[in-house]
Amino acid sequence: MSTDNSTRRIETSYLARVEGEGAMHVRLRGEEVEAVELRIFEPPRLFEALLRGRDLGEAPDITARICGICPVAYQTSACQAMEDALGIEVEGPLRTLRRLIYCGEWVESHCLHLYMLHAPDFLGYESGFAMARDHREVVERGLRAKKAGNRLIETVGGRAVHPINVRVGGFYKAPTRRALEELRPELERCREEALQTVRWTAALEFPELERDYELVCLRSERGDEYPIDRGGIVSSRGIDVAPAEFDATFEEEQVPHSTALHARVRGRGAYLTGPLARFNLNRERLSPLAVEAAAEAGIGAGCRNPFRSIVVRAVEILYAFDEALRLIDAYEEPDAPAVEAEPRAAVGHGVSEAPRGLLYHRYEIDADGRIVTARIVPPTSQNQRSIEEDLREFVAANTALPDEDLRHRCEQTIRNYDPCISCSTHFLKLEVERL
Amino acid sequence: MSDARHLFIGIGNPLRGDDAAGLLAAQALRRREPAGVEVRELEGEPVDLIEAWAGRETVLVADAVCSGGVPGEVLRVDAAAGPLPAELAGTSTHALGLAEAVELARALERLPARLVVYGIEATSFAAGAEAGAEVRAAAEHVAAAAAEELAN
Repeated sequence: MSTDNSTRRIETSYLARVEGEGAMHVRLRGEEVEAVELRIFEPPRLFEALLRGRDLGEAPDITARICGICPVAYQTSACQAMEDALGIEVEGPLRTLRRLIYCGEWVESHCLHLYMLHAPDFLGYESGFAMARDHREVVERGLRAKKAGNRLIETVGGRAVHPINVRVGGFYKAPTRRALEELRPELERCREEALQTVRWTAALEFPELERDYELVCLRSERGDEYPIDRGGIVSSRGIDVAPAEFDATFEEEQVPHSTALHARVRGRGAYLTGPLARFNLNRERLSPLAVEAAAEAGIGAGCRNPFRSIVVRAVEILYAFDEALRLIDAYEEPDAPAVEAEPRAAVGHGVSEAPRGLLYHRYEIDADGRIVTARIVPPTSQNQRSIEEDLREFVAANTALPDEDLRHRCEQTIRNYDPCISCSTHFLKLEVERL
Repeated sequence: MSDARHLFIGIGNPLRGDDAAGLLAAQALRRREPAGVEVRELEGEPVDLIEAWAGRETVLVADAVCSGGVPGEVLRVDAAAGPLPAELAGTSTHALGLAEAVELARALERLPARLVVYGIEATSFAAGAEAGAEVRAAAEHVAAAAAEELAN
């Protein structure tokens, strides 16, 4: 252990290029990391409380307002929880549409993060705008992809942000086959370009960091399906449970330095949800094109370096375009746009893979269909502990870096997660204190 | 889509009080039936904005702003000349908005030759509410100013 007791303090009071408000504090005594705290100070938003007494049909649209980046995730988890409570299943073309609109959201969200928020870290730019001046072709490609994602959501969901066509049991109006067919040329072009982006991200330089995470994500009951809209919950250390067992498997606790709850596996500790978890546990279920692209990008055998999550997101963007095209081919217009059901007193659980990871909803409803209790566990709060552990390991291995470089790498470590602080508050300021 | 040389874009949410300011200005301008001008109402998503103003000579954009002024106050900013002032830029840490769209387009050399932003000072954003009287009056004022600017 070092006997150097000189004080070093590095501070970023407000983290840029993350969604929401938070800060990070790192305290170093010599070369020993004494404390790492991800401080989330965005005020609690109390969605769970305001849902009480509302009709079950309102949950998808109310919870969608938690996030402007991933409303489809909130709508999907909420719908599925309510459908679980009502005892109905959404299958066939309605399920196809649900997965299709979700592909649009993965594209929108991953593109914003990859091109505008995360890539500048690897290329040494302060912002996406500064990067855009020197890498026009890449950023233009990103904009085209994001636009295709927008159109997909618009076509299925009625509008690109906070879609209005999603309801418990399915949709208010099913799109025509022709409307979806019209998206094909743009989706095909973006799929080609997504392949170029996988190659482009693979050529970036990555800091060394391999982490032994417990990876948690969904796994579809169908063997050929990468997890997006539903599935059971699995982990790299043997968890294999139904959504209803979320609370029996994971627990949340309050910590003084954050307005977001910290989650952990009961009896164990931190876990990781999101693109790395999905990819490592389900990569054989990607489409052949995405599997091939991942192999070519050097992550075919898996990836536990959080900095390489940008490559994984690029692979998931490619997959989302590929999958969207497959779903459009398979789509037959449904007889009815939704499955109807009578309310009943019950508890329902819903899970889906938001772009940032597992999103769990649980509702208790009464015989009139009113919400008695609501619980929402977003991915960023589940990942907080892992983010802190990444920071602890990275800082411990890199204490020789000058303060400014260390601060930048710490910020980048946090952005690896594409944290959505607004969703998790229930978050960034970065502070490194050397004692 | 029209290929009019001039485009007026109103941005806003019709169901959130004063946030409808830009939409109201667009509707007021449309009633004036200005020649050679396309009027559009958008949600303000950056990719849609950049796409919308591609190939146009003049683009005027109206949006609600919170700069600490009195409700209905109108700010006119020449966005082609430089970034929007800090008090008009991104109140959201959660999504990219108009100011980011302008800077992204500038970096990509996709700004129209003339890009003017009218900011209408807004204070009340209650769900389901109509825009306040000052903001509605300001929207009319912006439509008149825009019509005059586009006629020249």
